[in-house]
Amino acid sequence: MSVSASSELPVSSAVAARAGRFGVYGGRYVPETLVAALEELEQAYAAADADPAFHAELDDLLHHYCGRPTPLYFAKRMSEQLGGAKIYLKREDLLHTGAHKINNALGQGMLARRMGKRRIIAETGAGQHGVATATVCALFGMQCVIYMGEEDMRRQELNVFRMRLLGAEVRCVSTGSKTLKDAINEAMRDWVTNVRDTYYILGSALGAHPYPTMVRNFQRVIGREARAQILEQEGRLPTAIVACVGGGSNAIGIFYDFLGDKDVRLIGVEAGGRGTALGDHAARFQKENGGVPGVLQGTFSYVLQDEAGQIAATHSVSAGLDYASVGPEHAMLHDSCRAEYTSASDAEALAATSALARTEGILPALESAHAIAEAMKMAPKTAKTDILMVNLSGRGDKDMGILARELDLKGAKV
Amino acid sequence: MPIEFKKKPGIVAYLTAGDPDLATTREIALAAIDNGANVIELGVPFSDPLADGPVIQRASQRAVARGVRLTDVLEVARQLRAARPACGLVVFSYLNPVVRMGMKNFCAAAAAAGADGVLLTDMIVEEAGEYLAEMKANGLAPIFLAAPTSPDARLKAIAEASEGFVYAISRVGITGTQQNVAGDASQLVARLRAFTEPRGIPIAVGFGISNAEHVRAVAEFADAAVIGSALVAMIEITKPSQAPAAIGRFIAGLRA
Repeated sequence: MSVSASSELPVSSAVAARAGRFGVYGGRYVPETLVAALEELEQAYAAADADPAFHAELDDLLHHYCGRPTPLYFAKRMSEQLGGAKIYLKREDLLHTGAHKINNALGQGMLARRMGKRRIIAETGAGQHGVATATVCALFGMQCVIYMGEEDMRRQELNVFRMRLLGAEVRCVSTGSKTLKDAINEAMRDWVTNVRDTYYILGSALGAHPYPTMVRNFQRVIGREARAQILEQEGRLPTAIVACVGGGSNAIGIFYDFLGDKDVRLIGVEAGGRGTALGDHAARFQKENGGVPGVLQGTFSYVLQDEAGQIAATHSVSAGLDYASVGPEHAMLHDSCRAEYTSASDAEALAATSALARTEGILPALESAHAIAEAMKMAPKTAKTDILMVNLSGRGDKDMGILARELDLKGAKV
Repeated sequence: MPIEFKKKPGIVAYLTAGDPDLATTREIALAAIDNGANVIELGVPFSDPLADGPVIQRASQRAVARGVRLTDVLEVARQLRAARPACGLVVFSYLNPVVRMGMKNFCAAAAAAGADGVLLTDMIVEEAGEYLAEMKANGLAPIFLAAPTSPDARLKAIAEASEGFVYAISRVGITGTQQNVAGDASQLVARLRAFTEPRGIPIAVGFGISNAEHVRAVAEFADAAVIGSALVAMIEITKPSQAPAAIGRFIAGLRA
């Protein structure tokens, strides 16, 4: 009795109805050693989530320490220049540490403290989740080890310095593609080895149950705020919401409270990289040379892979989107067509970075610039009465090295 | 079903298939069988072996780079079965290559190749319903891992879902050698026995078992020892032409 037509991993309807499943996607595919820890985490999270005192402290820290609520900003000049919809930016870039990642790191850090775990590990791609985790560990006085791919340490060097300044140990991962996927492998190896006293703060809505659900719930605050803010500022809901999708935590965070608003289009933007061939992008939902359902790092979702099931190399100018799989809830939203997924190339993201900087004085992270790029494509085709809401998930200070090179900021052209 | 440990302790030999190449893997496996290995675990190389330590990671990386696929590993299994009808043969893989082939296709192909059992590193009993049905339909033994962190209720489920043997992980951690067999191992096996004994399922202990002393220690409380990284490491530093003889001598010395 399979409910899955597209996948090669038969999942019965009884399994699909279980906690941790998003349709046929999700689940818990891990080495046996980790199962007890995931069960402990699932129970501890359920208890914390049901505890008003936990939420009161989290809300208090999100407000006073992180700066929530973040503004919903009407980008008037950019909207006028593009000549279509009113563009609103959800300013997660203004959050403490510079990206939405702190919403989740703080929540999980509080959970780790509640569970009595004093050693924290995390993976990071662009370094934003690593910085957020290092920050929370500093705040709570916990030991912090961050795994980061060698390639990412090179291209996001400023965040490496930030993590070290915050007291974290950054461990360089030189295996495989030396990026986010390999950092997750190494973090999982650490967790398997030190599972009895270590808490793994996974940074995106990925991995084995309960992570995709828990991370989404910690990121839901983005959409909850944005929904109230747009109703207050415009008196109506947006036409579409646009967010970049690596693992997909900022996107699911802003999408979630709009899932029931059927007239609001939800648009995820993947990394189109430098081309459409396998290995040149991280667009898991791309029609040709895109991903097919498979199991990577604990969850069943779309995975970029070759015909033999080996995980494919990926490429993106943005380290945070440079990942072969995607959160399982996005896989479900893709198949059900509730959300649409498209991609922006490296060049489009770089151009969008420059455009937003010059029209609005806002420097987006290269990841978030993929969402800006899609909004820039959409806006001229929309009516002035339409509203596009873009999740500006992070700021671009970390990318100055890449931008200086790619946009020739050292040369005479500027 | 040829998964049997008549001579105690039994020896299970893990090889990363295709490292250094498929023909050498076959020769090494034959040498291991002829020198006393009861079961060969043919490891399917995977790009992201997150439960493995550096030795098997490197071997996997080399084999993946050579283009070794699951279908190639099944072909080695077929050759081994033809050459040694009585040996135990287990296909050992991460889940994704199997998912890519399709669970149904894979189980049928593994059975056709003559495998006795399958171990999927990242498949746990709770997610295994459809997998178990396909395994059963093809007369294959599903082998599950049991960990020191697994509570008794899970050990019971693992013992009841497994055929052939249960693979008890000697310690928390990834694959690779260690100085001593961890105290975790005997405690785990003692807990597991309560559930395997009624079914007559043997227990093999693996992770960090690398010499005759370890095998003797494991023989005190378990039915078999799994040797993996130690073999893969030896293959890494030995000329391919000499690897079968070297592994044969090593296996022969394990029960000394």
